[in-house]
Amino acid sequence: MSQRQIARFTVNGKAHEAAVEPRTTLADCLRHDLKLTGTHVGCEHGVCGACTVIADGEAVRSCLMFAVQADGMDITTVEGLSEGDQLSPLQASFRKHHAVQCGFCTAGILTTAHVLLTEEPDADADRIREVLSGNICRCTGYVQIIDAVLDARAAYKAKDAR
Amino acid sequence: MKAASFEYVRPDRLERAIAFLTEHGDEAKVIAGGQSLVPMLAFRLTAPRFLVDIGRISELRRVAIDAGGIRLGALARWRDIERNEELHRAHPLLVEAIRHVAHYQIRNRGTVGGSLAHADPAAEMPGIAITCEAKIVVAGRQGQRVIPAANFFTGPLTTVLQPDELIVEVRLPSWRSGRRWAFEEFARRRGDFALAGIALFYDTENGKACDARVGAVGVADTPVRLPAVEATINGNTITENVICAAGAAAFDSVDPPDDIHAPGDYRRALLQVLTERALSSAAQPGRGDNV
Repeated sequence: MSQRQIARFTVNGKAHEAAVEPRTTLADCLRHDLKLTGTHVGCEHGVCGACTVIADGEAVRSCLMFAVQADGMDITTVEGLSEGDQLSPLQASFRKHHAVQCGFCTAGILTTAHVLLTEEPDADADRIREVLSGNICRCTGYVQIIDAVLDARAAYKAKDAR
Repeated sequence: MKAASFEYVRPDRLERAIAFLTEHGDEAKVIAGGQSLVPMLAFRLTAPRFLVDIGRISELRRVAIDAGGIRLGALARWRDIERNEELHRAHPLLVEAIRHVAHYQIRNRGTVGGSLAHADPAAEMPGIAITCEAKIVVAGRQGQRVIPAANFFTGPLTTVLQPDELIVEVRLPSWRSGRRWAFEEFARRRGDFALAGIALFYDTENGKACDARVGAVGVADTPVRLPAVEATINGNTITENVICAAGAAAFDSVDPPDDIHAPGDYRRALLQVLTERALSSAAQPGRGDNV
């Protein structure tokens, strides 16, 4: 076992320090060290997208990063999307459109779609499908998920206008 | 699965990275974006003693365009290329090929240098490097050397990089205005590795095609140039007959092995169709206009 190293980063606005083995992925660090279990781990090799978090404003697979590589970064997980018990407009849209079945993939899809709509509030259905091709959902068939993301665009456009 | 234990170092300057690799290169792996290496670590296909993270060496992130061509720093990410408006004009083929690389989240971390060093035979960037006669600049304890892409890839996931070396940048020759080009690939799911892909371009003189360059990915141990296809294009006006001849030449040029993803014959037939589509699309009116 190799020596633990300190990784310091911000998660959902709060500074964290974790003493981790270098081989600890960011996903495992979030779940096991910081107890933020909203981030799910599916395939552990960058195929399923369930572990997607937002690092310095960009969607990344947290199983394809070691926690030590995130040193100094600003991380947002699914827990950071809502304000307390208040669902974000994207989350509310997922509820409205029944875009969740078993829920395992949902955290990764929410973080991915949140960045997409923040950067591209006019994304059309094709663009949303293309981006979400990196997130595997085995329940829904994606139809409700795409509907939910499309419907949430208004909230992001309104944010843009402010 | 979890990676085996390793020690992690993150040099902040190129010289420090090379100094470390000079001493420990045999037991070390260089990590940039990690989008190919981390899965290999997770599967324990590789278990280095040291992981050398070059991700914070900012000088390797540069993208420069001048009369001599394009220089992409090793740490330039797919996202950086996709969003660089100047590159869309300076090298439309590069940008189109890069649009096919992986999924959204991976595009935010994956790098040009990482893709070249990983050398997946189906990857787009090595294919573009081969097709465009790129030069790959590597640095090691003896200084820098410039390696033509044609001499860089030696087999699947294998290159001429020495244990003390890392990729600094890739240089693409400048793009002639009015050039005709196309990139086509087929993957079962958008963003997955292609079962076959083709990049081609040519210039036009007196209505005839000349200086054609054609390269393919996913059909051999390394990305390959297809000189027989280039020969069918050069000196001709691009007609249905020429397009068919190019497709047939592509089919005859390769002999991919069977693997779990597809039988070799399927990849070969796919390459033929993709070649026809690419040439046909390159010949469309307006294709050579630089937008």
